[in-house]
Amino acid sequence: MGGEKEETSSKPAFDVGAASELVGKLRGAFASGKTRSYQWRESQLKGLLKMTEEHEQEIADALHSDLAKPELESYIYEAAMLKNSCRLALKELKRWMVPEKAKTSLTTFPSSAEIVPEPLGVVLIISAWNYPYLLSLDPVVGAIAAGNALVLKPSEIAPATSSLLAKLMGEYLDTSCIRVVEGAVPETTALLEQKWDKIFYTGNGKIGRIIMAAAAKHLTPVALELGGKSPVVVDSGIDLKVSCRRIIAGKWGCNNGQACISPDYVITTREHAPKVVDALKQELEKFYGKNPLESKDLSRIVNSNHFFRLSKLLDDDKVSGKVVHGGEKDQSKLRIAPTLLLDVPRDALIMQEEIFGPLLPILTVDKIEDSFDVINSGMKPLAAYLFTNNKKLREEFVMSVSAGGLVVNDTTVHLAILSLPFGGVGESGIGAYHGKFSFDAFSHKKAVVYRGFMGDAAIRYPPYTKMKLRLLKALITGNFFAIIRAIFGLSKD
Amino acid sequence: MEAIDDLDLQLGMLREYYYSGKTRDASWRRSQLKGILSLLKEREDELFRALHQDLGKHPVEAYRDEIGCLIKSVNYALDCLSQWMSGRKAKLPRAALLTSAEIIPEPLGLVLIISSWNFPFGLSLEPLIGALAAGNVAVLKPSESAPASSSLLANLIPVYLDNKAVNVVEGGPDVGQQLLHKKWDKIFFTGSTKIGRAVMAAASENLTPVTLELGGKCPAVIDSLTRSLDREVAVQRVLGTKFSPCAGQACIAIDYVLVEEKFSPTLVELMKGMMKKMFGENPKESGSIARIVNKRHLQRLKSLLDDPLVKASIVHGGSMDEDSLYIEPTILLDPPTKAAIMVDEIFGPLLPIITLNKIEDSINFINSRPKPLAIYGFTNNESLKTRMISQTSSGSLTFNDAVIQYAADTLPFGGIGESGMGKYHGKFSFDTFSHQKAVLRRSFLIDFWFRFPPWNDYKLQLFRAMYGFNYLLLLLITLGLKRSK
Repeated sequence: MGGEKEETSSKPAFDVGAASELVGKLRGAFASGKTRSYQWRESQLKGLLKMTEEHEQEIADALHSDLAKPELESYIYEAAMLKNSCRLALKELKRWMVPEKAKTSLTTFPSSAEIVPEPLGVVLIISAWNYPYLLSLDPVVGAIAAGNALVLKPSEIAPATSSLLAKLMGEYLDTSCIRVVEGAVPETTALLEQKWDKIFYTGNGKIGRIIMAAAAKHLTPVALELGGKSPVVVDSGIDLKVSCRRIIAGKWGCNNGQACISPDYVITTREHAPKVVDALKQELEKFYGKNPLESKDLSRIVNSNHFFRLSKLLDDDKVSGKVVHGGEKDQSKLRIAPTLLLDVPRDALIMQEEIFGPLLPILTVDKIEDSFDVINSGMKPLAAYLFTNNKKLREEFVMSVSAGGLVVNDTTVHLAILSLPFGGVGESGIGAYHGKFSFDAFSHKKAVVYRGFMGDAAIRYPPYTKMKLRLLKALITGNFFAIIRAIFGLSKD
Repeated sequence: MEAIDDLDLQLGMLREYYYSGKTRDASWRRSQLKGILSLLKEREDELFRALHQDLGKHPVEAYRDEIGCLIKSVNYALDCLSQWMSGRKAKLPRAALLTSAEIIPEPLGLVLIISSWNFPFGLSLEPLIGALAAGNVAVLKPSESAPASSSLLANLIPVYLDNKAVNVVEGGPDVGQQLLHKKWDKIFFTGSTKIGRAVMAAASENLTPVTLELGGKCPAVIDSLTRSLDREVAVQRVLGTKFSPCAGQACIAIDYVLVEEKFSPTLVELMKGMMKKMFGENPKESGSIARIVNKRHLQRLKSLLDDPLVKASIVHGGSMDEDSLYIEPTILLDPPTKAAIMVDEIFGPLLPIITLNKIEDSINFINSRPKPLAIYGFTNNESLKTRMISQTSSGSLTFNDAVIQYAADTLPFGGIGESGMGKYHGKFSFDTFSHQKAVLRRSFLIDFWFRFPPWNDYKLQLFRAMYGFNYLLLLLITLGLKRSK
């Protein structure tokens, strides 16, 4: 499970030389201008759509093999979202490709100007293991829509999906411009040595730093979709049943908590906490039954590394006695039951790093307003959630909590709104995508100015004189009378 | 000079001020922008003096390229601030009932602005306008190579701006290094490509987003213009925008010219005539040419001409006065393309003209070199213009003029590839120092009950219909009028 594949065939290792050759080929393909045409972009997007539609079952099977992902989650969160992404791009592409006119002013008069989107060139997309289909292809949609050639490096920790992607993309897409490189650290390192026009990475902050440092050598711009501890603040006086359902759907309903925008921990008042715990317990049982370790509606933990990582969080002395629900584990099946921990100390291991699993700590505060300070004292997360009917609390949350994205009275659904930028801030990432933001992430917006030969202002050029200075000043401030005075040499100074 | 040992303390105080929320206030931001405006208007003479001292800049040049430009930018920011701060609504699919979505800009926090020596006020204050408009607190590190300007900024900024929010830290490369390894919410750097790499590498330690305004060799493609008026204007603009801004020491100054062989004698003659008009018989005494910033750069430029083949290609100028840090505006015709003068960014008053067989060859010539910050095309040929737009890549592309794109508030100013990443000016400055936060507000009413496990085929059907935004199908399935496949 995971790790490097043993090469039994005589296929040579993908080393720096191979990577360099690949990039060279793609650059040649890009230079031919092929990827810039609307027709090419449209054909590739249609290819992705068709690929997803025609192989839905295989995709679900691969996701099941890699993650024991329930079929419905594979459908909603991976296939359907990717298809929507393709459809939106196909619908809007012509409009996105049109240059935007820019207003020009007195200082550059007479002129006209526009902002022309152009592809960056040859881009590298490195994807993650938790939503291996979506997080590989969603950025690919953006790269193609923007007219780039690309290499996709899927995660080796989801090997079935990785090899399915390599196979299908080879069949459905233009392999002279779009390639998949499978592998682990050596292959990724070889790829990172090359000069790319953009690197788009989804994963964790530790690797994010390595990628940005590698990119710095070539001054390659990067987009880093990372993670963090996405908090859920639960106020009182709300529909607790609906709220808990939405929290559960966002946590255990999203790959069993192994999602970058899953609720990581809950904050509520000391007074309200027991009610929250009870409501969560009730709804958890409704969703997953009395024996959640057996439930087919929960993904498993991806591999033994992560299983042990999560076990350690539960074994931490600081949280002993804090488990109020769940805690059961099955190492052979790599399963951990939905687990609630109440009143966890802030310095416990489980509160130091992103959990990325089915454990939900509940922190308590005196007043609900205190929760914002708790959130702001940590790293900026990818998402933050608040359940409340209190308008004032809601607006304070929106204004003072900094995160990639905020949702009030729900969790994770903002992912599906393609008119919203999806990305982090601070430790949770750099850049954003989805919808037009994907197109923009893989484009260069080139300023183009058109001037004629008429209408030149001699004041621009040497020899410099006091009169020219006066006139320049008048022009800059747009003061009509000052301009007239300056031209006629009637200025005050 | 600030005591750099207290740097952590200083940064801690800036952050605390930021967390107090003061800088998020629209009225605070306005007051800072107005402060910059007052600084520019009230201290104009001192600014001119510093620029003359550091670079030998004439006041008209200083006003045209820095002071005036900044005044324009601050006024623009003041006019647009409310609009920029207000965020915008995002479109929602019809299925998202009782939900609102918007994108709200918020400041990043504590930002570092490192500026360059050639436009020491422009390149310090233009980014600062964006940082303050966006509600951040900032540290400004001006270039030590323009010491009078650096120290004037260090003196004036605490007087005109909120010194709990904006600090100036003066110093050289070691100070720069110390600053780079601290934790920032954004680093905005203007300077050389080499240092740009080091800045991004340092930023990666803290996953700090960066905007890098670097350089490159900005080519000017000059077509064989037929009308004499067009030729006059083209030559005036080419020479004016090469030698006038800081004696060619500007990231967007024309670096070299590409022209068709047949046209080059005409071009050279026109240029010689125009040079006399602009700079007189004795350019050194004209007062209209800035100095080379320091001995190191003068030596660097001098060595570009050391190559005998390069020296032999000089058709105008070539003289120097090392003590006055003066280099005469120099034109060269066809120096070898492998010589340093055609490989490195010149950043000085030397203008090579490279002749080509056909003007269209300029496209391949440009594309075989790193992407520049700007490309200029002097032509009336619409098809050449179209080809240049779609077949070359640069930060910006301007036809029939040069440098002027810097003054446009509505155009993004920035590079691509080795000429940089990110952009600013106008709203792009505000955006470069902001985080565009997605905010979704939902109601407790209305939920798609089939959102939640336990899963079954029925729920899957409903999802298929919903994701296809096929509302009719959704209704039919719910009413039991449609069966699964």
